[in-house]
Amino acid sequence: MSAQDLTRRTVLRAGAGAVAAAGSAGLLSGCALGDDEPETKSDKYEGTKSDKNPLGVKEDAPLEVVIFNGGFGEDYAKAHEAMYKETYPKAEVKHSAVVEINKTLQPRFVDGTPPDFINDSGAGAIPLGDLVAQNQLADLTPLLDAPSLDVPGKKVRETLLPGAVEAGTFGSGVYVLNYAYSAYGIFYSRKLFADKGWAYPKTWDEHIALCKTIKAAGIAPWTYAGKHPRYFSWAVLSTAIKLGGNSVALAIDNLEPNAWTSDAMKTAADAWYQVVKDKYILEGSPGLDHKQSQAEWCKGKAAMIPNGSWLESEQKDVTPAGFNMSIAPTPSLSAGDKLPFEAIRGTAGEPYVVPAKAKNERGGMELMRHMLSMKGAKDFTGKVSSLTIVAGAADGVTLPPGLSSVVDALKASGSNGFNWVYPVYYRKLERNLVDAACGDFFSGRTTPEEFLKACQKGADEIAADSSFKKYKRTA
Amino acid sequence: MKHGKWPLLATFLLPPLALYAYFVLSPYAQTFVISTTDWHGLSRNYNVVGLDNFKKLWNDEHVWNALLHNLWLLLLLPVVTILIGLFLATMLNVGGRSGRITGVRGSSFYKLVYFSPQMLSVAVIGVLWTEVYNPRSGLLNAALRAIGLDGLAQIWLGDPDVALWAIVAVMVWANVGFYVVLFGAAMQSVPKDIYEAAALDGASRFATMFKITVPLLWDTIQVAWVYLAIIAMDSFALVQIMTRGGPSFSTDVIGERVYDVSFGDSQFGYGSAIGVVMFFLTLSITVVALQLTRRERIELS
Repeated sequence: MSAQDLTRRTVLRAGAGAVAAAGSAGLLSGCALGDDEPETKSDKYEGTKSDKNPLGVKEDAPLEVVIFNGGFGEDYAKAHEAMYKETYPKAEVKHSAVVEINKTLQPRFVDGTPPDFINDSGAGAIPLGDLVAQNQLADLTPLLDAPSLDVPGKKVRETLLPGAVEAGTFGSGVYVLNYAYSAYGIFYSRKLFADKGWAYPKTWDEHIALCKTIKAAGIAPWTYAGKHPRYFSWAVLSTAIKLGGNSVALAIDNLEPNAWTSDAMKTAADAWYQVVKDKYILEGSPGLDHKQSQAEWCKGKAAMIPNGSWLESEQKDVTPAGFNMSIAPTPSLSAGDKLPFEAIRGTAGEPYVVPAKAKNERGGMELMRHMLSMKGAKDFTGKVSSLTIVAGAADGVTLPPGLSSVVDALKASGSNGFNWVYPVYYRKLERNLVDAACGDFFSGRTTPEEFLKACQKGADEIAADSSFKKYKRTA
Repeated sequence: MKHGKWPLLATFLLPPLALYAYFVLSPYAQTFVISTTDWHGLSRNYNVVGLDNFKKLWNDEHVWNALLHNLWLLLLLPVVTILIGLFLATMLNVGGRSGRITGVRGSSFYKLVYFSPQMLSVAVIGVLWTEVYNPRSGLLNAALRAIGLDGLAQIWLGDPDVALWAIVAVMVWANVGFYVVLFGAAMQSVPKDIYEAAALDGASRFATMFKITVPLLWDTIQVAWVYLAIIAMDSFALVQIMTRGGPSFSTDVIGERVYDVSFGDSQFGYGSAIGVVMFFLTLSITVVALQLTRRERIELS
């Protein structure tokens, strides 16, 4: 027997012994699982409530803030924290900005010592539905009912755009503050369209005719984030909801049987299939990620791209001067569409939360109250080129072309605006399942029928899986 | 000497063993426990669900799909990497035909070139190759088009039929340099007269490779095989950076499943169950690989 064998066997045996020891001793001290310690109220920092301090913040309590370091950067948050420090000079604000929220904060949630304020965003975010299901988030109702910081005579709730509170509502409580207001639609360069004499299409026939013209001019009509093909699902869903009304979105959000294979969805998928079949999509798009596809679009290789209102700030460094990007609603499928052409998906996004076990829960909410002040919101819009849910906060701020087109589009859409929230309830359904189905469909590997069936199969899978907590909405 | 042996050994061995037990063995043990719960990983609350996670796993088509890809990697990666590694090492060490047993001209330069990917972190390699594979502005398609092979240009990572092989190619590229050096070092220890004798007998390079080099390097190849098999069973980092398992789950691997289920869906119980299955699979494969490749030792001196 060689020495090598002996060592290996000894090591294996020693390893097995250690595993057995660990198992028989129950769980080791540094273990992730354990009993939930009963929470004592006195753990939290609490001050006295007053007119100036409606949430009862303890003035010298430290506040720990964790920001997602993504498209918006972290400077805007530092400005909000500076506002907080102005109100509470004795408070120490600990700021950190990370990319992987989940990897950084998951152990702290388990440990019961989360920070006081989290911007839970990005690809590495902790799924919000799960945080709510595990009772890890504080109900923000006290914040919404507190008076606004600088809009006299109004509660915070009354200063927000319609739909803003609903976007953070899970069941009976409001657990998430979705601070940025985003519009989802089709983006194009006004300059390119003006130079070529094209007009953005309002009907589907106009759209197909325009695709023909654009292709003949040697430009691809469409491109999309092929590695995140769900971007194109937004366009399909929008056309379907405009055709069939809000009930289409409601059925999908509530995981109703056959929600994805409804007549409106079928008509929409059939319509979009022509774009695939007639090769109106930039060659190679399925292999591009969002940044790469957006770069091709900015270079003028493709005319239109399905995206959201964050696009302008994301492309800030590569957009040519005078490009003049603009958002537009998806074309109407028929004259009988339930919603007008102007209807566009507007939703509050970019989630901010206060953990239920935060020591300075009140401080976290107070920071939100500062963000939701007119001053805080204006500052955010100016710094990161995005709207907020604070009504009228963008008035008087000089906006870049893309963002001002978003403001106009949202105004035109008005009460016809629509939304869907299944990606917030069930992250996996959009990020994995619908995403994969879209990838197959828009690279021409599946038919419209197969595409919708694949989406439905994903929805059914989630509906049947009891490990996902289910949420319903009625409007 | 014998008198003071144990205290000395203990001083050196116990601290690392303790660290190992705490940071490696204890998490392993905990994974086994967690895999029998529905723990969501966001609080200390959990319910014991017995073997439910394993039943779910058995019926999860995404897990089977990922496992299939791992098996493809397991079949391909070691064979391709070892063959290329052996070939290059032979050329660099005994491939020259200048009368002496030596490498081809410029072999030390090539060694450096082949080894250089080893100096890059996996993250850098992933990002680098993502851009190389960019179907529109990437180096690869541009090169193919430049030499008139437009027909071979692909969407690479965007095509479910190609994406997995594109990632395998990167894994080979990233790993082969190390094995060139490893095999090269082993070849240096083979007495030159064996090669000289073979050359005198008129053995072809092919025969020299398989009749002399491979048998004499068998221990090293065996180690390489085990390492590469473990890399193939993992392969998470590259997949996560380059495709996240897409398009359409065509590059999904078990590691990506564990990550996605745990961090994406907050189902750490289920994720741990997949991890436990993976642990046993990797362990079995390692044992089988070591058993299958066991041969008589050849004494060189």
